[in-house]
Amino acid sequence: MMKRNPYLKIGLTIIGLLMLITLFAPWLRSADPAQIDAAQLLMPPSSAHPFGTDQLGRDLLTRIIYGARISLSIGFIAMGIAVAVGILLGSLAGFYGRLVDTLIMRCADVMLCFPTFFLILAVVAFLEPSIFNIMAIIGLTSWMGPARLIRGEILSLKEREFIQAERALGASDARIILRHLVPNALGPVLVNATLGISAAILLETGLSFLGLGVQPPVPSWGNILIEAKSTLGVAWWIMIFPGLAILVTILGFNFIAEGLKKIIG
Amino acid sequence: MSTYIIRRLLGIIPLLFGITVVSFFIIRLAPGKPVAVEQSLNPRVSPELRLRLEKQFGLDKPLHVQYLIWMKQIVRLDFGRSYIDSRPVMEKIAERIPLTLGLNLAALVLIFLIAVPLGVRSAIKADSAFDHSVTFLSFLFFAAPTFWLALLFMQFFSIQLGWFPISGLTSLDFEYFSAWGKAGDSIRHLFLPVFVAAIGGFAGLTRYMRSNMIEALRQPYIATARAKGLPESAVLYSHALRNALLPVVTILGLSIPGLLGGSVIFESIFALPGIGRLFYEAVMTRDYPLIMAEVVITAVLTMLGNLIADISYACVDPRISYKER
Repeated sequence: MMKRNPYLKIGLTIIGLLMLITLFAPWLRSADPAQIDAAQLLMPPSSAHPFGTDQLGRDLLTRIIYGARISLSIGFIAMGIAVAVGILLGSLAGFYGRLVDTLIMRCADVMLCFPTFFLILAVVAFLEPSIFNIMAIIGLTSWMGPARLIRGEILSLKEREFIQAERALGASDARIILRHLVPNALGPVLVNATLGISAAILLETGLSFLGLGVQPPVPSWGNILIEAKSTLGVAWWIMIFPGLAILVTILGFNFIAEGLKKIIG
Repeated sequence: MSTYIIRRLLGIIPLLFGITVVSFFIIRLAPGKPVAVEQSLNPRVSPELRLRLEKQFGLDKPLHVQYLIWMKQIVRLDFGRSYIDSRPVMEKIAERIPLTLGLNLAALVLIFLIAVPLGVRSAIKADSAFDHSVTFLSFLFFAAPTFWLALLFMQFFSIQLGWFPISGLTSLDFEYFSAWGKAGDSIRHLFLPVFVAAIGGFAGLTRYMRSNMIEALRQPYIATARAKGLPESAVLYSHALRNALLPVVTILGLSIPGLLGGSVIFESIFALPGIGRLFYEAVMTRDYPLIMAEVVITAVLTMLGNLIADISYACVDPRISYKER
């Protein structure tokens, strides 16, 4: 399966390495990501600080590694919420059809009208931009893709013989949906969810870059880049490294999605 | 055809209703119940602000009454007055819409002009070095965050090479320029923002165009066209390309919310006075009437964009309106 699928191989390697790095963050960089060092302000990359230091003399590599923890977990959890809600609503719509279907899919259509960024920012304006809120908001505004996919798959699956057989055996709706329909419809959702993780990470970094996401001093790839803007033309390393971290991560997830697409066909 | 259009037009009624309901629930998120203790715990909403909100949206009345009050205002396009300068919110938005729409339309045109030829060429030369490098580049640009690219371009093109101004809409001595000078000055200011706005979409559309074209080239009518001895260019450009281009219309429609959402970021970075930056400022200053108005208006704009895309798709491809009947 992996042999002829370079996309999947590269993608899994990137994301696997990244997860190891975030897992072992405290052992990799012994410094505290919030450690301020007044003697080391805006130092270019050196052996002590491979990625240089920021305006407060904090080690950029350490901050990027700890930022990875935040950005990755927001990506995974937000997408987890979106997929869970999407599977629930999509399978209800596909299985029961008629009014339930119309109602749920109209809701999805309505949600799709809102430019995600406007909706999220509006909610953030009313709530605290805590990490939990950001995960929840991104998750609850991204369920429409998975819901539509699941619904489409279930519509084509539910008339098939094995489902009819199950029904004839007297299986309950819940059993048919959970044991037979959803597992068989998961393929395309998996691809969509992988792409969704990238989208969620990009949303989070964008929000944090605007100062409305993860709040300093907690490092996130987005809020590290706020400093890149104020040090534009002065400290290239603050701009290059966090951006590359985002780029490589998103590439990793997108490669996995591309590889999965090839497998599922 | 006309039944299809009428059906689609009727379809926007529930959508409009849904948009207002969702937006309405965002107001309800405003923290702090009428209990004084809770307000004082929330530093974001001061008691005066809460009072203003209550007055405008009737927050002390039952839910459905609140909704009706709000609806009555917005069907008259009255979104209230800004908390910051007391100007009508609609007026503030209206004067900024042309810039954002113009930028996004320019970005759409740019996306189209770059992505279609690249995608088509990749498909024709599938698996060539050209195809691989286009694929690689589109993955790269698709993965790069817009705001980071904006920073990189500012650093490289504006600071190091000095080709473009860093931000703003016009130079300081703008009024002293000739008409041509003014046009040139505006273009120099808008080039980077439009380019940055286009990059994400261009990468996606190139991939999409490539797979469409490959799919079209596999169709039996292509074999027929070749068999009857048409020159290869006619086969490619008038038979395959035409069919591969059709679905792109809907993709352009679908990219509107992304572009509008992106304008919050690039208008803030490049300091351009469009509705994106206005929205950002409204969020930063908690100017609730302005926030609500922008949420509703951008959703309606997106809906209209999709509607136009769908109808024009049905116009160029009659199969659609038959299928959906």
